[in-house]
Amino acid sequence: MNKKKLVMIGNGMAGVRTIEEIIKIAPEQFDITIFGKEPYPNYNRIKLSNILQGDTSFEEIIINTVDWYKENQIQLYTGEAVTQIDTELKRVITGKRVVEYDELIIATGSNSFILPIPGADKKGVSGFRDINDCEMMINSSKQYKKAVVIGGGLLGLEAARGLLNLGMEVDVVHLLPHLMERQLDPIASSMLKRELESQGMNFLMEKQTVEIVGEERVTGLRFKDGSEVDADLVVMAIGIKPNIEVAKNSGIYFNRGIVVNDFMETNIANVYAVGECAEHREIVYGLVAPLYEQGKVLANHICGIINAPYEGSISGTQLKVAGVDLYSAGEIFEDETTQSIKVQNEFDGVYKKILIRDNQIVGVVLYGDTKDSTKLFRMLTKKEDISGMTSVSILQAQEETGDIGSMPNDELICGCNGVTKGVIVDAIQKQGLTTLDQVSHCTNAGRSCGRCKPMVSQILAHTLGDKFDAAAAHKISICGCTTLSRDEVVAEIKEKGLTSVKEIMNVLGWKTEEGCTKCRPALNYFLGMIYMDEYKDERDSRLVNEKMHANIQKDGTYSVVPRMYGGVTTAQDLKKIAEVAEKHHVPLVKLTGGQRIGLFGIKKEDLPTIWEELDMPSGYAYGKTLRTVKTCVGAQFCRYGTQDSMALGIELEKKFERLDTPHKVKMGVSACPRNCSEAGIKDIGFVGIDGGWEIYVGGNGGVDLRPGDHLMTVKTQEEVMEMTGAYLQYYRETAHYLERTSKWLERVGLDHVRVVLANEETRKALNARMDKTLQKYVEPWNEAIQNEEIQEKYYTNHTILVGSESK
Amino acid sequence: MSRIEVATYSKLAERAGFSITIEKIDIALFKLSNGEVRAIENHSPHPKGGVLTEGLVSGEYVYCPVYDWKISLRDGKVQAPDEGEVKTFQVDIENDSVYIIM
Repeated sequence: MNKKKLVMIGNGMAGVRTIEEIIKIAPEQFDITIFGKEPYPNYNRIKLSNILQGDTSFEEIIINTVDWYKENQIQLYTGEAVTQIDTELKRVITGKRVVEYDELIIATGSNSFILPIPGADKKGVSGFRDINDCEMMINSSKQYKKAVVIGGGLLGLEAARGLLNLGMEVDVVHLLPHLMERQLDPIASSMLKRELESQGMNFLMEKQTVEIVGEERVTGLRFKDGSEVDADLVVMAIGIKPNIEVAKNSGIYFNRGIVVNDFMETNIANVYAVGECAEHREIVYGLVAPLYEQGKVLANHICGIINAPYEGSISGTQLKVAGVDLYSAGEIFEDETTQSIKVQNEFDGVYKKILIRDNQIVGVVLYGDTKDSTKLFRMLTKKEDISGMTSVSILQAQEETGDIGSMPNDELICGCNGVTKGVIVDAIQKQGLTTLDQVSHCTNAGRSCGRCKPMVSQILAHTLGDKFDAAAAHKISICGCTTLSRDEVVAEIKEKGLTSVKEIMNVLGWKTEEGCTKCRPALNYFLGMIYMDEYKDERDSRLVNEKMHANIQKDGTYSVVPRMYGGVTTAQDLKKIAEVAEKHHVPLVKLTGGQRIGLFGIKKEDLPTIWEELDMPSGYAYGKTLRTVKTCVGAQFCRYGTQDSMALGIELEKKFERLDTPHKVKMGVSACPRNCSEAGIKDIGFVGIDGGWEIYVGGNGGVDLRPGDHLMTVKTQEEVMEMTGAYLQYYRETAHYLERTSKWLERVGLDHVRVVLANEETRKALNARMDKTLQKYVEPWNEAIQNEEIQEKYYTNHTILVGSESK
Repeated sequence: MSRIEVATYSKLAERAGFSITIEKIDIALFKLSNGEVRAIENHSPHPKGGVLTEGLVSGEYVYCPVYDWKISLRDGKVQAPDEGEVKTFQVDIENDSVYIIM
């Protein structure tokens, strides 16, 4: 049987989701061709602001990889726009080819709405819609200082927050007196404005832009009231405009968008439109949830399944702007027929407003705390009678660890994709799902903004009951070069006795020849962890800092941080450091966060000389290893100190220095609960008390701010060493590569770790493996000084004089 | 066009960058696992720049050590999703000597 030819114009979120649904329903029914104007596979546009804010890479926001298209035998043409649709002969035409279709989906999305004012075409004026816009903003931020964002809606505020992160000064221009007036009432709006102002944003409210001034490039804006403001970069985030060019030229009926009926059909047979380019009952939707609903209806329809029509969406808007959680659904403003319940807690930055008419919730605005949003949204859409409820019970936050069992099946879990608890439970039970990845794949829950993942995970745990295996549930392959997870790779290494990175890749069928920057360092680590002192470290599989034993800086120079056990130094060492800094004109000498001294701006050719002159061991300030043990002065001098914190810190650092760990490990030792060494936010922290030590684990003072959990209290320094050795070794043997102890501890559970450490035999075995591993390390700076081969390979720049034979 | 001798082939370490400077042009030489030698400008096309010699070498590619861009050592092209290109130089090997044509 000949397959039907399905062509889709547009390669964005709504369209590709429709294709995914079609493949799920009828995997063999169509030959699929997709045209995308952008030169990329389908990516998550919601996360563009994360890219701008620098906390995500482009690769991480790709939803469908190029391999996905291949696996599903989809012919994908990227960077190729369809210019015309011939609805008579049923074919689409691009600059390069003509392709016939039986069914055609138009999913061309939307463009930024650019104000039709003089100067809008100047250099430095951009929308905020795609990767190109993001790149343009990022590049501008390197050269220029002052940005102006036009539009104080969600998109504008996200762009502004991103530009602030890029180090620019940012003005936000808004036509109306309140920010995000379509989602927030004036109170929530002014709370948001105050918060954003404290983050450094400047607002120009009630200003209408009439002209963009400048020569070739923008230099400023002029407003209707005659005032002006300087700008090196202008981002227009006023709204979106359905992209319907291709339909306009082809006789397809359009209004604001391409007009579709309840089955997403246009006026032309076999031509459909879905997503932001489509207009349904005079509404063009811009949020992802309704677009995915449309995609589902369309997929069913195209596959010939009789299904409920699309009748429009009511959706709540769950947003996160610059760190503030917001939620809004239904009506926003009070009138004479409404009653409202309001909670306004400026101290905690929380505001909640519930609008009620005739004993039913008709509107919800939440600021700062949105935990109740699913419950309230359900009450709103179900038109529940709330006359029997008190205001407290309406507003009472559901416990976060909530009672999954009593949650109704139609409770919405993933707002982006419209997935209810019932759908998730059903998929888990009927399809035998056991991992979060699988649930996301089957139901789409958690695939867009990702904030419901903890809830999905709880539902998985609840549904599987005893069969739930937390570690397995979160299976993720270690990188794109393999489908195997960390645990599978480690098991294979042990079982098959694989002994080198190359052998692992060969035997386990790696997709790339020599791996990537994710798997190579990980495999090298696993081998060193498994074979302890037998494995010969593969230096070229380490990333730059560990390979060079110095921290690379953005200009290609390095920093040198000598070891200073426990942060304790001597006059002699300080003199040496001072002399080296002076002699080599070291550009920056700075105290580091871990109580060490760093020399910055060293050329790689100078590293061995400087190390030799310092004659101190490497402080490993660059490694996935024990970084520093920070100590307070303690009982030796401090009148409050109850324990000798410096001595313990030095002993810990001397024992565990150079040890390879899955990620960096920091320790702190304080001699009393005043905790001057901040041991509560270290991977392992020790606090001296009268007659013993408290041990804290899983603390983090960085990205993932987390106070440490009290693991146990021990009496002696020997016990501290024994527990620390066992704990660290258990972390080394079970963590994912690049998983900090804070994340690891949350994944495996504190109680589990306690059980492991409570067994004396296990503890002994762990410590024995730790001690065996520690034997293999040599001091790397000294090794480099002694070894000319290492110097030649890593620390030499060869200057060639042209015309001469020398090198 | 000149042909400049820059290194001794047998002394080059596999999968490690060898940095050379010829009249103020910084070049990174890489000997791949298959024995071939490639030369590219020792400057990452990432807007923030940076060196390439210390990058991780995988097959025909080097990863920029500072920003992790994947760069082809064959044609200098940055691999998607990033974009850019570094200059490549032709390499000749003759009697254990490595020459760059520039």
